[in-house]
Amino acid sequence: MLGQQIAFGILALVMGVSALRVVTAKNVVHAALYLVLVLSGVAGIFILLAAEFLAIVQILVYIGAIVVLFLFGIMLTRAPIGRSNELDNDQRWAGVLVGLGLFGLLAAILYNGFGRTKLPESEVARSGDVGLAIFQTYVIPFEVISVLLLAALVGAVVIARRD
Amino acid sequence: MLENIWLIPAVTAASFFLIIFFGKRDPNKGATIGILALGLAFAFSTIAVVQWIGRPATQEVEAGHVVDGDGHGEDGGYDADGEHSETEGDHAEDEEEHSAGVGGGVAPGVLRGAVEAGGGEEGHHSYTIRSSVERRWEWFNNGQIKVEAGTSVDGLTVALCFVVSMISLLVHIFSFSYMHGDERFTHYYAALSLFTTGMFVLVTASNTLQALFGWELMGLCSFMLIGHWWDRDGNKNSNAALKAFFTTRTGDVGLLVGISILFFAAGETFDIQATNNAALSGSISKGVLVAGAGALLVAVIGKSAQFPLHTWLPDAMAGPTPVSALIHAATMVVAGVYLIARLYGVFWEAFDIPGGGWNPIAVVGAITIIIAAALAFVQRDIKKVLAYSTVSQLGFMVMALGVGAWTAAIFHLFTHAFFKACLFLGAGSISHSGSHHSFDMISDMGGLKDKMPWTYRTFLVATLALAGVPPLAGFWSKDEILVGAGENGYQAFLVIGLIGAFMTAAYMTRCVYLTFFGEARGAAAHHHPHESPPLIVVPLQILAVFSVFAGLLNAPGILKFTEWTDNQTVLSAGMEHHSFIPVTAALSVAVGLGGIATAFLYYWRGLRFPITAEGAGKPVYKLLSNKYYLDALYEGVIVKGIREPISRGAYWFNQKVLDGVVNGAGVAARGLAKFVYEIVDQKGVDGLVNGAGLASEGSGSLLRHIQTGRVQQYAALMLGAVGVFALALVLL
Amino acid sequence: MQFLLLAAFLFCVGVYGVLARKNAVLVLMSIELILNSVNINLVALGAYRGYEEAIIGQVFALFTIAVAAAEVGIGLAIVLLIYRNRADIDLTQVDLMKG
Repeated sequence: MLGQQIAFGILALVMGVSALRVVTAKNVVHAALYLVLVLSGVAGIFILLAAEFLAIVQILVYIGAIVVLFLFGIMLTRAPIGRSNELDNDQRWAGVLVGLGLFGLLAAILYNGFGRTKLPESEVARSGDVGLAIFQTYVIPFEVISVLLLAALVGAVVIARRD
Repeated sequence: MLENIWLIPAVTAASFFLIIFFGKRDPNKGATIGILALGLAFAFSTIAVVQWIGRPATQEVEAGHVVDGDGHGEDGGYDADGEHSETEGDHAEDEEEHSAGVGGGVAPGVLRGAVEAGGGEEGHHSYTIRSSVERRWEWFNNGQIKVEAGTSVDGLTVALCFVVSMISLLVHIFSFSYMHGDERFTHYYAALSLFTTGMFVLVTASNTLQALFGWELMGLCSFMLIGHWWDRDGNKNSNAALKAFFTTRTGDVGLLVGISILFFAAGETFDIQATNNAALSGSISKGVLVAGAGALLVAVIGKSAQFPLHTWLPDAMAGPTPVSALIHAATMVVAGVYLIARLYGVFWEAFDIPGGGWNPIAVVGAITIIIAAALAFVQRDIKKVLAYSTVSQLGFMVMALGVGAWTAAIFHLFTHAFFKACLFLGAGSISHSGSHHSFDMISDMGGLKDKMPWTYRTFLVATLALAGVPPLAGFWSKDEILVGAGENGYQAFLVIGLIGAFMTAAYMTRCVYLTFFGEARGAAAHHHPHESPPLIVVPLQILAVFSVFAGLLNAPGILKFTEWTDNQTVLSAGMEHHSFIPVTAALSVAVGLGGIATAFLYYWRGLRFPITAEGAGKPVYKLLSNKYYLDALYEGVIVKGIREPISRGAYWFNQKVLDGVVNGAGVAARGLAKFVYEIVDQKGVDGLVNGAGLASEGSGSLLRHIQTGRVQQYAALMLGAVGVFALALVLL
Repeated sequence: MQFLLLAAFLFCVGVYGVLARKNAVLVLMSIELILNSVNINLVALGAYRGYEEAIIGQVFALFTIAVAAAEVGIGLAIVLLIYRNRADIDLTQVDLMKG
């Protein structure tokens, strides 16, 4: 599985740096673009984990829709274009502390719990099986999600309405 | 009535309560109730006497053998045979010599009255007497000590009941006129009833506790009655009452100690009969017996006014005269004599009475006779003369008991009550109608013979009886005492008795002279003396009659008194009845007449002696006038010496210690209050309260800053907290 | 295991971003990071367990994506509204609930 390891390593690196850049970029648009990188990396991870359907969906929905939405939001809120120093508030260091603390904790727990378990060999998940799972076993959550999306749609329209 | 003799004290006790509660409503202010009750008591007593006389004599007693519970006799503990045979011998000689003089030879050593052919061992007399009537009820029983209440009736009891009830009744009647108009008339009668109750309780008691109860009751009533006029004359009357009470109280300590000792010595019983038996049977050790008897003797010295505790009796004359007649002539003061007579077994063994020579009882009695008689010569107050005469006669009775002449002592008690009461009531009559309430013979009396004839006659009769002129009562009883003294081996006391008789006759004649003869002086001259009203005179007459005839009860040949009062204890102890000895009789008559003659010569004929009060006799006169300085000793030295330091100490203690403590407590309380207010309240409590408020405020203003309204901050805090919790969860 | 670690890393970075960014849109982006890390977790854990569970993991991740989308929509609508009222989406200025 060496190839897998290397691929993972590259992806993890890219994602890590990008994620850090998302939260520390001085340019809002740059942050958004770094977010795109992170999301792509996530898709790559999905592929590594034999979830191809999900990877495609990730790219489509996240990068295709959500990031665009973000960009629209940046545009509509007249976010400062270009470098700006005022993107972080004064609890940066508290945030660092909390973040590091959490990471340390989670790492410890994960190491404790999963140790050096290796990923088993598995075949790629077939989309048909995913579809079957959605529409047979988990049909009710599916319907609920549909309603949720409807509600979100209506809600967004209502909230952002200009009247 | 003999079984129900308790009715007599019950009647007088009921009378006391009725007078206290209802006396004021009675138009006679309670006197009716009192007189009726005493009349009833007297009737009961008379019935009791009659019943007792009619009682068959069935109990056999042998001299020297004590009848104890088991019924078998034990030896008296001394050589009875030797003594008895000796005395018998003497008797025989006397009888042979003087049989002509005495009507009917009487066999030696044999008791007159109910007689059985002498049984028992040789030399032991046996008597058949009336057995006493005893009733006992259990009072309380705490498992270890059984205390009874009971009555024991024998000849002595009924004789005394008769005397006490009669004299009390006469005093009640007398007082109705004498105390008329007195502001505390009702209480006076109540106290008289209560007092009589006390005496009855003492006389009928079958155990020492009951006797103690009656004794103390009488002490209390005597205090109340002596101090009846406490609001007159400054403190004189109340002081006299206190003196009487405290002096007898001093003796009462002895009574309590004696009763306690005898209780334990006699096997934890208070019963008089049992105590006597225990003493006579020798089961009590000599030392214990002497201690008990000695303690009782102290009580008798106090109550019966013997030397040295006689000082209260003359001062007690501050009370009303009928009170003196009842209490200090016939009743309370003889309580001591009665006590010895009742517990005679104890005294007989303790002081070895049959031994002859001397013993403490006889010595006390003898000293008292002489010193009291001497003091009677220098008194101005008629009641004081009579008081000292009473003390002296009590000395006779006590001495008689001391020399073993038990029946003689009781008989003298019996007769003395009549003529002494007559004398006291006569003095009351004189003061009431003759000397205008004064008792001073020298300055306020004289020449009352013709103005108050009945008073004079009864007084004279009583005086002659007291002096021992035959055939009046006093002669028989006094003579019997002297015979007893001589025959029982106490010759010295016989001599003292004769001297006492001489002095008695002399000072009484002096008294008669100063009161009834000579020139009227002072009040007698100015206040038109007249005879007293019948309610006063009739009791005098009754008593005079008794003074004449009562003595014949025990005249030789009749000897009824002896027969009726013989009791088991005394006879089994070995007391002897001696027959009449004409020599002694002649001697006593001689000294009596000699005393009268001496005084007669001095006062009527003006004979003077070389030794006068102002001359060579001055020291003696001074000694007598100051009552041997005994009062000075008692009050000035002893009482003051104890009282002063105690009172000073108590005062110091009160001022410094008690007040110091109280004041200190006050100061401390104030200081504490101040402290509490300033520090605890203002600073502490208020500080706390204010502090709580301030803390709230402060913490609030501090914590306010957390709520910035910024969501991110909240989120940060929340995530931080979650992290900490998770850490904690993981670690633990 | 390394997937899980990566997910944890992304999560923590996202947390930092939520706490430390002033611009509301940037905060939303950080939330997206968090949600993605969750997705990775779901899929990875499913993959560890076998084929069936992997399917289930993926299904859940799909749902999460849908929810994320809805949430971003609403969130941006709210941000727009805030912008309209204040002409500024500085989150430090939103402190009307200040005590």
